[in-house]
Amino acid sequence: MKRTNKDNETSISRVTRRSLVLGGLQLGVAGVLGWRMRQMQVEQADEFRLLAEENRINMRLIAPERGLIFDRNGIPLAENAQNYRVVIVREDAGNVEDVLNRLRQLIFIDDTEMERALKEISRRSSFVPVTVTDQRTWEDISTVAINAPALPGITPDVGLTRNYPLGQDYAHVVGYVGPVSDYDLSKIDDPDPLLQIPKFQIGKTGVEQKYEPDLRGKAGARRIEVNAAGRVMRELDRDPGVPGADVQLTVESKLQNFAEARLALGLSAAAVVMDVRTGDLLTVANAPSFDPNKFVRGISVSDYGELTENKYRPLANKAVQGAYPPGSTFKMLVSLAALEDGLLSSDETVYCGGYTVLGNRRFHCWKRGGHGRMNLDQSLQQSCDVFYYEMAQRVGIDRIAELARKFGIGERFDLPMSAVTAGIMPDKDWKRSRYGEGWLVGDSLNASIGQGYVLSSPLQLAVMSARIASGNAIQPRLVKSIDGIETPVVGADPLDVNEGHLRLIRKGMFSVMNTNRGTAFRSRIDRDDLRMAGKTGTSQVRSVVVSNSDVPWEQRDHALFVGFAPYDDPRYAVSVVVEHGGGGSSAAAPVARDIMLYALHGELPPLESYPSGERGRVEETFAALELRSDFRPSRSGRSPA
Amino acid sequence: MSYLEYNVKRVPSGLSKVLYFNWPLFLLLCTVAGAGFLMLYSVAGGSLEPWAEPQIKRFALGCVVMFAIAMVPIWFWRNMAGLAYGISLALLVGVEVMGTVGMGAQRWIDIGFMQLQPSELMKIALVMLIAAYYDWLDVKKVSHPLYVLIPLILIALPVALVLNQPDLGTALLLVMGGGIVMFCAGVSWWYWGVMIAAGVGTVTAVFSSRGTPWQLLKDYQYRRIDTFLDPSSDPLGSGYHITQSKIALGSGGWTGRGFMQGTQSRLNFLPEKHTDFIFTTLAEEFGFVGAFSLLTIYVGIVLFCIVSAITNRDRFGALMTLGIGATFFLFFAVNMAMVMGLAPVVGVPLPLVSYGGSAMLVLMVGFGLVQSAHVHRPRGR
Repeated sequence: MKRTNKDNETSISRVTRRSLVLGGLQLGVAGVLGWRMRQMQVEQADEFRLLAEENRINMRLIAPERGLIFDRNGIPLAENAQNYRVVIVREDAGNVEDVLNRLRQLIFIDDTEMERALKEISRRSSFVPVTVTDQRTWEDISTVAINAPALPGITPDVGLTRNYPLGQDYAHVVGYVGPVSDYDLSKIDDPDPLLQIPKFQIGKTGVEQKYEPDLRGKAGARRIEVNAAGRVMRELDRDPGVPGADVQLTVESKLQNFAEARLALGLSAAAVVMDVRTGDLLTVANAPSFDPNKFVRGISVSDYGELTENKYRPLANKAVQGAYPPGSTFKMLVSLAALEDGLLSSDETVYCGGYTVLGNRRFHCWKRGGHGRMNLDQSLQQSCDVFYYEMAQRVGIDRIAELARKFGIGERFDLPMSAVTAGIMPDKDWKRSRYGEGWLVGDSLNASIGQGYVLSSPLQLAVMSARIASGNAIQPRLVKSIDGIETPVVGADPLDVNEGHLRLIRKGMFSVMNTNRGTAFRSRIDRDDLRMAGKTGTSQVRSVVVSNSDVPWEQRDHALFVGFAPYDDPRYAVSVVVEHGGGGSSAAAPVARDIMLYALHGELPPLESYPSGERGRVEETFAALELRSDFRPSRSGRSPA
Repeated sequence: MSYLEYNVKRVPSGLSKVLYFNWPLFLLLCTVAGAGFLMLYSVAGGSLEPWAEPQIKRFALGCVVMFAIAMVPIWFWRNMAGLAYGISLALLVGVEVMGTVGMGAQRWIDIGFMQLQPSELMKIALVMLIAAYYDWLDVKKVSHPLYVLIPLILIALPVALVLNQPDLGTALLLVMGGGIVMFCAGVSWWYWGVMIAAGVGTVTAVFSSRGTPWQLLKDYQYRRIDTFLDPSSDPLGSGYHITQSKIALGSGGWTGRGFMQGTQSRLNFLPEKHTDFIFTTLAEEFGFVGAFSLLTIYVGIVLFCIVSAITNRDRFGALMTLGIGATFFLFFAVNMAMVMGLAPVVGVPLPLVSYGGSAMLVLMVGFGLVQSAHVHRPRGR
């Protein structure tokens, strides 16, 4: 095929024309590109510059330092301890397993901790520091620091973690913190951004939980420059936030420690000590207890199982959560109701033949043979049941309940502890709404000796004795101040009760402890200026009366005691409940006396304060206490003994 | 065929060919490559490793290849067009069979010392073959339907294979590269009218087939188009690239943040900052002045190609030069349009600047051919 010149010329001019068209199109497109550049980089540059700033600057929250919790004397109950830990950055470490093995040759790390760390390392980005082990000693950390050249990617680090220096003493009152859970988040409507911090610690129980908003503080922030992968390039500035407010409690640590240890000599018990004038709770003690620090670190399943399956219920704050039949400690309120209604006079006597007949049923006195003729004072002194069966029939349950409520029975006190119980102060309406049945006289008889439907907590019993002792409507108070601002004392006004009648009741309680026929005579205080008044109680758990030593622990009677001292000028009220401890006079009264004496002396009481016949037993008790690791007689002394 | 009709004696020979090189074109190429080295140095945080140094070496190798090709007479290359096309097509089939999977698409073939992207090779080979085809074809038959169909088939074969990989960007580039050569060869305007109508029809079909069992594109390709149309709809998902790229580019302003001062690229907000999105780094650090200068140089390269083609009386040389220049133009135009949010993200590198061996070598081969056509173009009569 031969191409002619003409063809060629046609072709060339055609290619040239089309080339020019193409070039024109290309210039057009390039023009659009140039126009777009101008639009973005010149006209909208400021907008994009702003977006770029936002892009590269990121806010990181800083957890504020959690508020501290102190006792009334400024002894820390909850503090923020330095948590020495070892962290690893994968990308700096190179061969992670190699480095960790070398680390394990230097400091001990158990297998489970190691496994958890390896899992965490594999999940996180390579530049994120991952905690290998924490709660290390300073020695461990120094060892790691010294060997740093052999441990690429490993850094010793220090953070803050909650620590409870007094361990189990305040496990129930102060409670504990733990890492925020999904469940916690689901309960909060407007979550604090702090809660989004992984493993952020929040109060789970007790004061830690109830004062969470005060203790937590306000989040601080760091402005940091980050890259798209989230890696921190540098810090631009920092706002440290507002640390949480400190909370001071009314509790007294030496007394609390003594009470906890003293209760722990038994199996399961609770005690409350309250200042009669201010309502300050000096002690809210429970036995057995547990170490709240274990929960902060994340308790192991086996440890937790041990706590929940323990039949003595170490996790329960029995002092405020436990509702027990008050037994004979309720009798003061019944006789006071009778006095108030003018249905009883101080010298009047009731005959006790060992039982009362109601219809075809016999209501027994604890003393089978009967007490004979009893006046008010004797009825308390010897805890005669028949006397109170009579009073109950005279006064009626509604009037008894009305008076009992003035003394705190059936009242849910607003205290920053978990699950504070209201107990039950029954009356006719209560039974009807609860059971749909009418109130029976027999119910009144049972209630008159603190059995049947009546339930009260050790806290309520302490409030009751404090109000009997002072005649004031004193309210219990656990928090002394928040952030330095004192919480007011509530209820230092007289109760609407005849003072003369109260004096008769107090005198009866005095007889219980200080006359030789009194049920708590052996547990008296043998010092004229510190005389104690009180009342024993033994509440039945089951109806058939069998000797306590013959039945399993769960079926034994609860032993109770309430009291106050000094009799002449009351300062402290105390209540003790020993679960399934047997008789109140043998199991609860000595404990209450020991705790009261400690409160009055401010330290381990001298033997001279005890009756001479009791000193041998007391010495044994003290010796047993000295052996306990949780008892710290030498720790924190206002007055070194 | 046509070449021997001219006075071969007037074509330079031996080493004197060097004097007839299109030196301005070469200098422009070097300028662009130099800008690329600077940017690769910058995005690596002020380091020759890991990108700038290999890129420099490749460019040096590319220059050697370019000169070698330029020294060989253009008619030799014209005769090689069919072979080049055949080998490229075979390699494209090869990646289907034994290619390694990269980025979810089979595009690479391992030939020992480097990974070869046959679709890149095809961009040049296709232009060469179609140029050679029109060189061979009787000028009067250019718009004859049968003779229009042949180049369409030549284009369709590799496009089908590339689409199958799947690589939408390269497929579009092949279609447009081949189409431009056909256009310059003088295929009647009627066809172009029909083609535009067909294109509109295809776009309609592509979108209406979405969600049906016979949908024409992959889901991710639809998503890319979605995010192109509205990048803010998913700023942290698939719109992320475009949004971040626009922020970086726009924040450059008039003169930019300065060399190595671009916070967006420095802080890794930019995706693939050393390859497809390298223009954003340049635009951020050197601002409108830098970005527009680069665009100007690119346009200059294309204009030099057009001028060279117009002054070339050899049909093959002229058409091939126009085709390669247009391919080069498509590279940077699509890339820039993409990072500026004017086109969907299709994975087209910025020519001679983006890090990557295949693309750079293939482009240098292409410019070697352009130089060869320029040096050996028939002069006078």
